[in-house]
Amino acid sequence: MAETRYIRAVNDALREEMERDGSVFVAGEDVALAGGSFSATRGLLDKFGADRVVDTPIAETGIIGLAIGAALTGLRPVVEIMFMDFITCAMDQVVNQAAKIRYMFGGKPKLPLVIRTQCGAGLNAGPQHSQCLEAWFAHVPGLKVVMPSTVTDVKGLLKASIRDDNPILFIENKTLYGLKGEVPDEDFTLPIGKGDIKKEGGDVTVIATSRMVHQALKAASKLSEEGIDIEVIDPRTISPLDKSLILDSVKKTGRAVVAFEEVKFAGFGAEVSAMIAEEAFSDLKAPVQRIGAPFCPVPFSKPLEKAYLPGEEEIVEAVKKVVK
Amino acid sequence: MSKLDKESKISLLKTMLTIRKFEEKVSENFAAGQIPGFIHLSIGQEAVSAGACFNLRKEDYISTTHRGHGQCIAKGVEIRPLMAEIFGKSTGYCKGRGGSMHIASLDYGMLGANGIVAGGIPMAVGAAFSAKYRKTDQVVASFFGDGATGEGAFYESMNIASILKLPIIFVCENNKWAEFSPQQVHMDIENVAQRAKAFGNVAAETIDGNDVELVVDAMERAIERARSGNGPTLLECITTRFHGHYEGDPQKYRPKEDIEGVRSKDPIVRYKTKLKEEGVLDDAGAEALEKEVEGIIEDALQFAKESPEPDSKELLNDVYVN
Ligand SMILES: Cc1ncc(C[n+]2csc(CCOP(=O)(O)OP(=O)(O)O)c2C)c(N)n1
Repeated sequence: MAETRYIRAVNDALREEMERDGSVFVAGEDVALAGGSFSATRGLLDKFGADRVVDTPIAETGIIGLAIGAALTGLRPVVEIMFMDFITCAMDQVVNQAAKIRYMFGGKPKLPLVIRTQCGAGLNAGPQHSQCLEAWFAHVPGLKVVMPSTVTDVKGLLKASIRDDNPILFIENKTLYGLKGEVPDEDFTLPIGKGDIKKEGGDVTVIATSRMVHQALKAASKLSEEGIDIEVIDPRTISPLDKSLILDSVKKTGRAVVAFEEVKFAGFGAEVSAMIAEEAFSDLKAPVQRIGAPFCPVPFSKPLEKAYLPGEEEIVEAVKKVVK
Repeated sequence: MSKLDKESKISLLKTMLTIRKFEEKVSENFAAGQIPGFIHLSIGQEAVSAGACFNLRKEDYISTTHRGHGQCIAKGVEIRPLMAEIFGKSTGYCKGRGGSMHIASLDYGMLGANGIVAGGIPMAVGAAFSAKYRKTDQVVASFFGDGATGEGAFYESMNIASILKLPIIFVCENNKWAEFSPQQVHMDIENVAQRAKAFGNVAAETIDGNDVELVVDAMERAIERARSGNGPTLLECITTRFHGHYEGDPQKYRPKEDIEGVRSKDPIVRYKTKLKEEGVLDDAGAEALEKEVEGIIEDALQFAKESPEPDSKELLNDVYVN
């Protein structure tokens, strides 16, 4: 096991997959010469050359279209959308094209493409550079949506995503880029669609995604001081969702809190809570609680963003509510 | 050539100085940790903003970008709420909700800065449509960078404006960089202005955007064209980004000569020298002007610093009209 950072793990995953498979290439704004706005692609141009590490104009529709066309014709593109907010410029290519091609075309083509992007508030980046929009994409059949929270997960899941034959939206979190963690020394992948128990516990199941996993773990140590033992589940993949992992845990604890950063209304938490209500209602000892962002854009100013961003405290409160 | 009188020339210099000193203060305060978020400065590009807005009326519109403080100032918005917004204070133009990248001041025809590259261009076309529809004689200037011309939104906007002969001027501030990528990475032509050839009714020019009077002249022609119903102009102003893409950018991607060479293209030094040669301004006059501008900026800075942070109770206000 070697210690590295989340952003380095992304870089390593890209490099290793490009070494392994000559049909993998990387494209996006500033990814080649500059090595990526967050240095995810640093060093790849020198190693693999300009045919495989491609700087594009600022053209999100073009970038995703490029990936679709290349994937349809035998390549395995990994393209970068610098901030998740900008994917809205390319919605047609993602939603109407990439997601539907295999189905529409009678199940013949494979579409092995990865769109890497990053989401998240907390850096005062304002309403157009901070959003978490995963629910929009999870709502689209044909796409897979992956959202890793740890260094090991980001590496193993990115490598698996590159090897997967479906279009995948791979959502990193800008506030996690500096996070440290260990990765196995050998080549490894993690299964897409399989969640992970980040901490076992018997009293309450907290299903958390991305940055909120870390908030849930902090909440867990605070709650353990009060004798409440929470289980933290990280689905890692938003779609397809590891239903059985979540349901099994809820059946064990009888209580569930869903914690995610995107806007609470009509978001990921609504899906998970509804699923629990449908399939584990009789095991529940309390109504499911959701922690998400309030129904407003992400504000810029420090006190407003702080008030906006859900975190540890909200999880602690919600857990206390369900154990009462 | 320019028929600017003495007063106009001094006013142009004052606008450029105001932008420069405003942004220098923003830079200092950002470095000191006083300003949150991302800051993109237009230091070195002041001649484009000052020149392009010089002949716009208060009721004319502009839209701008993540690098838009200069255009706000040149359009005449108030300096205090502008500074306060950048500090995220409740007295800012957007009550601290938008910050540097999202400043808007509808009272001054400033339709908004934008965090989405090319995001403001289609809306500017809409404002031009509205001006024509309402027969108000207003024109619109939409500012964007060379990098923005890679976006589909730019072409869709130009096409609509061309077909409908809308009163809009597409002002490209070509500083030769799109974030960390030089022009040749994202454009296969020499000049952005060449892009206008694909549309029927778009006039185009490429000018030295560091020469403020050239910008004034070119805009005068474009504004005249727009107001007389002859349609849009694409005006490309070649200019120079002195700082990094954002404040704190170490610019590792940028050749040393490019960073060191920029000061020789300083549009303010150049204009000051010209005005002195022309006898429009003497040393004492220049000094007095600088003092005056410094006073304005200092006042705005104090205002911003002393202003309260927004109250978090207001988080959910204004998502909708109630
Ligand atoms: C749609 C979208 N894509 C990417 C970005 C990230 N980004 C911000 S500024 C920028 C470069 C813009 O270059 P240019 O238009 O030339 O303006 P300049 O920064 O040089 O003023 C990029 C890629 C963004 N904000 N919006």
